[in-house]
Amino acid sequence: MTGGRADGRTGGLLASIPEAIARVLDSVKDPEVPVLSVVELGVVRSAEVEGDRVTVTITPTYSGCPALHVMEREIRDALTAAGYSDVVVNTVFAPAWTTDWIPAPAREKLRVYGIAPPGPVGAEPLIPLGPTVRTVTCPYCGSSNTTRESEFGPTACKSLHVCHSCQQPFEHFKAF
Amino acid sequence: MTVRRSDGQPAGTSLFEYLLRLGDDRLVLGHRTSEWCGHGPILEEDIALANISLDLLGHATMFLKLAGQVEGEGRDEDALAYWRDERGFRNAQMLELPKGDFAFTIVRLFLYSVYSHFLLERLSSSSNTELADIAAKSAKETRYHVRHAAEWVVRLGYGTEESHHRAQDALDELWPWTGEFFQADNIDREAGVDLAEIRESWEKLVREQLSRATLEVPDGPMRMTGGRKGRHTEHLGHMLAEMQIVARSHPGAKW
Repeated sequence: MTGGRADGRTGGLLASIPEAIARVLDSVKDPEVPVLSVVELGVVRSAEVEGDRVTVTITPTYSGCPALHVMEREIRDALTAAGYSDVVVNTVFAPAWTTDWIPAPAREKLRVYGIAPPGPVGAEPLIPLGPTVRTVTCPYCGSSNTTRESEFGPTACKSLHVCHSCQQPFEHFKAF
Repeated sequence: MTVRRSDGQPAGTSLFEYLLRLGDDRLVLGHRTSEWCGHGPILEEDIALANISLDLLGHATMFLKLAGQVEGEGRDEDALAYWRDERGFRNAQMLELPKGDFAFTIVRLFLYSVYSHFLLERLSSSSNTELADIAAKSAKETRYHVRHAAEWVVRLGYGTEESHHRAQDALDELWPWTGEFFQADNIDREAGVDLAEIRESWEKLVREQLSRATLEVPDGPMRMTGGRKGRHTEHLGHMLAEMQIVARSHPGAKW
């Protein structure tokens, strides 16, 4: 439980988070993808303790994501419940959030949960000429015989796909 | 004490005005696009347009919040969105036109998103780092909007006779409004943006895609403008009445 550093990389973190704070933040989940903590998701950028004050810096996934406000409140509530009386949550926009910050073990959690995890973010042309849809592996049966139904899913971060091997529709956490 | 420039304007005014332009374009188009929620032609498209609206409202929130900070009068993004009247809005007029049919919505989204894409890319390297950060964040999502609209433009233009003529009608109606995107004044120049350069990139990409879609760019003059100065079509007031009524009926309400 070292807050997003399980794979040895820093993920989206700017610096390592103090152990006690990391434990609390690991308990705060993305309300729409409840298998990932706000640290694993890369929303938490840093957390610092100075005297009685804890300052947590977060960044939005997608700009309009309504879950951000919920995450902000839950971070504050969780730290307050853990005994930190002075909690400040700041929002920054740069560098812009990317799914590349989600560490490998968290990607596996997504797959087990039934959401195909994002691949690495690649350079795509602004307007692709012809089909350039990446192959997304079905999180249920592992088949790559899948097609994208819609680039926009039930939340901003996901697209909709269908697997032709197990006939199962599924969501994909878009590389972004 | 307010710092004054040589022309007597407070120092932050030009930037404040510029941020309103950026914020209001996105707020107004975001609201218009959100009108499709529950009315999309197919479920996937309903969801796509709702997602795009949400992104646009997110971008508007960031720009208007910064505008309020720059202004320094204690107005936050909600105060700016809900408590300004039509004359206070600085969006381009094209974005306030009623949503029309699906072709109209898509062609407008396409023409605007390509413009927004090149503008935001440029602003990402602005010397104002707060503006640059927001622009870079918004630019990332705008790429999706460009792609989505561009794919639909081809599908409609190159589709059936019906979809082609609807897309062509939409383009004929919308094209003259695009002139306003590129009408530069001192406020754009002070923000370090060369709209002539952006127009060149915009026109190249837009014309290429429209030609793929077998749609013809109309000849003819550009329309009257004035959105950047607070002059609007009859449609904005009606839209704002609907958008602002709840906030104004229940000031300070939380939900």
